[in-house]
Amino acid sequence: MINTTKGEMDEALLEKREGFIENDNESTKWLEYWHESELVHRSVNVTLKKALVSTSEIGGFNV
Amino acid sequence: MSNSQAMCTSFKTEILSGIHAFGTSVVRVSTAADLLKTALYLASSSQGAGTTAYGITGEVTGTNYTAGGIAVTNANVPANSGTTAYWTPSASFSWTNVTLTTSFDCALVYNSTQGNKAISVHTFGAQTITAGNFTLTMPTNDSTNALLRIA
Repeated sequence: MINTTKGEMDEALLEKREGFIENDNESTKWLEYWHESELVHRSVNVTLKKALVSTSEIGGFNV
Repeated sequence: MSNSQAMCTSFKTEILSGIHAFGTSVVRVSTAADLLKTALYLASSSQGAGTTAYGITGEVTGTNYTAGGIAVTNANVPANSGTTAYWTPSASFSWTNVTLTTSFDCALVYNSTQGNKAISVHTFGAQTITAGNFTLTMPTNDSTNALLRIA
């Protein structure tokens, strides 16, 4: 059973569409279920690949 | 042996645990880690380096989404390897059975304990969710992949 905008529906009644993109920033998968040309379910999983890095520096003395 | 100029790696790690206060700090009620939260923002919002605190302006709204977002699971102690300090939440950010019809592309991590002060902004390709789940899977918690790193 799939949770949809119309309540729980049998997966057999639905058209399943899946997609995937990958780039430098993320790896993303999505899963859609359509019923009679209407989108009734869409889930997304995003994996971030570009972590946030703060670089540190120290100053020198004037000698 | 010789001396080498450096910012101490232990200091970088301790920054993540609030050990040092170079300016006026806060009074802590305990030594426990702060409660961190994450919220989602619309693609039309303007979150970024200039964000100072969580706010509702531009935050997503929709079925089963609560303003302010969700608590960040934090079982990972800030660590270091080489000269890099790092930290990653110990579980993915996950919203279940939500409907978010206006496209969003941003998650703000903020400190709920310390006046909702902002920590980091993470962006991704714009998405919508329909009676489904949205998950942000965390990277490996190490010095080359962790979500937050001080190098």
